[in-house]
Amino acid sequence: MVFPTATTLIATAPQRPAGRGAEIWSPKRFVTPAVVLVVLVSLFLWLSSLSLDSIESRTINVDYVIARVREHLGLTVVASALVAALAIPTGILLSRTRSRVIKGIVLGVANVGQATPAVGVIILLAIVWQTGYLTALVGLVIYSFLPVLRNTMIGLQQIDENVRESAFGMGMTQNQVLFRIELPLAVPVILAGLRTSLVFCVGVATIATFINAGGLGDMIVNGLKLQRYPVLVTGAVLVACIALLIDWVAATAEDVLRPRGI
Amino acid sequence: MPKQPNTAVLQIAGKTSGALIELDHVTKQYPNQPVAAVQDFSMTVQPGELIMFVGPSGCGKTTTMKIINRNTAPTSGSISIDGRDVLSLNPSELRRHIGYVIQQIGLFPHMTIAENIGVVPKLLNWSKEKTNDRVHELLTTVGLEPGDFAHRYPKQLSGGQQQRVGVARALAADPPVMLMDEPFGATDPITREKLQAEFLRLQASIGKTIIFVTHDFDEAVRLGDRIAVLSNRSQIEQFDTPANILTNPANEYVSSFIGLGTAIKRLVLIPVTEARLGPASAAAGGTTTIRTTDSLRDALDALVLTGLPALAVLDEQNRAVGSISVDQISAVLGTEVPVLAPTAEV
Repeated sequence: MVFPTATTLIATAPQRPAGRGAEIWSPKRFVTPAVVLVVLVSLFLWLSSLSLDSIESRTINVDYVIARVREHLGLTVVASALVAALAIPTGILLSRTRSRVIKGIVLGVANVGQATPAVGVIILLAIVWQTGYLTALVGLVIYSFLPVLRNTMIGLQQIDENVRESAFGMGMTQNQVLFRIELPLAVPVILAGLRTSLVFCVGVATIATFINAGGLGDMIVNGLKLQRYPVLVTGAVLVACIALLIDWVAATAEDVLRPRGI
Repeated sequence: MPKQPNTAVLQIAGKTSGALIELDHVTKQYPNQPVAAVQDFSMTVQPGELIMFVGPSGCGKTTTMKIINRNTAPTSGSISIDGRDVLSLNPSELRRHIGYVIQQIGLFPHMTIAENIGVVPKLLNWSKEKTNDRVHELLTTVGLEPGDFAHRYPKQLSGGQQQRVGVARALAADPPVMLMDEPFGATDPITREKLQAEFLRLQASIGKTIIFVTHDFDEAVRLGDRIAVLSNRSQIEQFDTPANILTNPANEYVSSFIGLGTAIKRLVLIPVTEARLGPASAAAGGTTTIRTTDSLRDALDALVLTGLPALAVLDEQNRAVGSISVDQISAVLGTEVPVLAPTAEV
C-alpha cells in the first residue's frame, strides 16, 4: 500500500472526458435544421411563383403568418411549460406514495385525458366553459400530461436500488437523495417524456382554431374551407416544420442535459 | 444554512480510529413474519476490532449490521457507539460518521470518482481544498492514481477498481466505525484476494472498528480479529478468534459451517516462524524458497507444488535462516491433527 507523499498529493489538472462537445454537435445533428430550411425555401419559392388572389394574399403575407406562428408557438410552449411544472412534481409525489389506489386514480385520470381524442377534449371544454386561448391551453395540458407524468415515475423507478441504499447509508436525507441522486439520474427519461408532449402539443394546437384560439390551424381550416390550396399547404408545412424543429431542440437538450457518466 | 449537528454525533465523529460498539438484546421483528429476523442479539465490539459476521444467506447477519447505522430500526433493544445511544441520534447525521460499503458498491453513476468520494465531506460542509486533498489521499491509499482516476466516471472502471472506490468513499470522512456487507463478494477470486490483502494492510494503519458481513468462512478466517458464526434469527453460535473457532468449534453447526480442511485453514493464520525450523542445510536446493513473513499454508503449498522434502526459509535480508518440511508444519498444529506425512516418522 502506498501512502500519500508530498509529490503524490499535488493536484493534477482535471482531465475532462474529451469529445463530448464533438459528440453532441456532430454533422448528423444538423440534418433536421437543414431539411427544414430546404423545405421552407422551396415553399417560399413556390409561393413567389404563384399569382395570389385577394383571399390568398390576405393570409399569405408576412404579418399574418408571423402572427399565427407566434400564437401556435405560444400555445405549445406555455402548455408544455405548464405540463412540466405540474406533471414532474406529481410524478415525484406519486413515486413516493406507497398507496396503489392513489397511483391508480392519478394515472387513470391522466390516461383518460390522453385517450380521449384531442378534438373531443377541447370542444367539450369549450362547451362547458368558454372559447378562446385559455380553454385551448387547458385542453393541451390535459392532453399532454401523461407522457411527462409516466416518464417521471419510470425515471425514478428505474434507478438502481443499490445506488439509493448507499446514498441513504452515507447519511443523505430524503431531499438530498431526491435532488442530488434520483432526479439527476432520472433526467434523461423525464426529458424524453417532455419531448413527446412538446411534439404532441404542436400537432394538437392546430385544433385550437375550432374554439377561436388562433394558431396555424386557422390557415389549414381556411385553406380547406375556401379551397385555397396555397393557404392550406403553407399552414400544414409550417406546422410540420415547427414540430420537426421543436423535436430537434428537445433532442439536443436531452443530449446536453443528460448527466455525464450515464 | 446548514443545521447544527447535535453534539453527541460530533463526539462520535471526533474519534476516528475505532469506537466501542455495544448491542444489547437487539431484536428485529418484521410485521407479518412468524419469526424474528434478529432475536435478542447482544455483542460488544472493542475499538479497532475487525469483527466478521459469518452465516448462511437469510440468517439475519446483514439485518443485524444495518441496525447499527439505523438503516433498519430495531423492534427492541439498544445500540451504543462509544457509550452514546445510537437510537437517540439523528439517523442521517449518524450515518455520515459510519462508513458503509455494500457488495453492489452503489457508486453514483452521474458523479466522477472524485465527486463520489467527496459525497460525505460535502454533506459535512468541508471546504473544497480539504475535500480535494482528502480525495487524492484516499485514491492513493487504495492504489488508484488520482491524476488518472479522479475525473473518470464509475462505468469507466473495472469491478475491482469500483470496489476500491467504494472503500475509499466509505473512509472519506475518517469515520470511527465501518460497516461492510460482503464488499468483495462480487469480484473474481484473484481480485478478491488482492483486495483482501490490501484491506488488511489498510486496517493495520487506520484501526477502525469494523463489522464485516460475509458468507465465506475462508474470508472470515483471513480477515477477522474475531468471528461471529451466526445461525437463523442471527443467533450467535460461536464468537471467538479464528484460531479458537478452527481448533474448538462450539457445536455441530459451527463445525459444519467451517467445513472440511480445518487444518489447512488454520495454517493460513500461522507464520512460518512459529514452526521449529530445520537446519538450513536440509533444504534440498531448488529455486523455490519461503519467506519468514509467509504463512505455513504458503510453505505447505510450495512443498506440495515442488514435491521437495524441505525448502529453505529466507529472512528479509535474503539470508537462509533454516528449512521447513511437512512434518515441521504438522508439529505446529499439534497432536490432534492427523499426521499428514507418515513417512516423516522414519
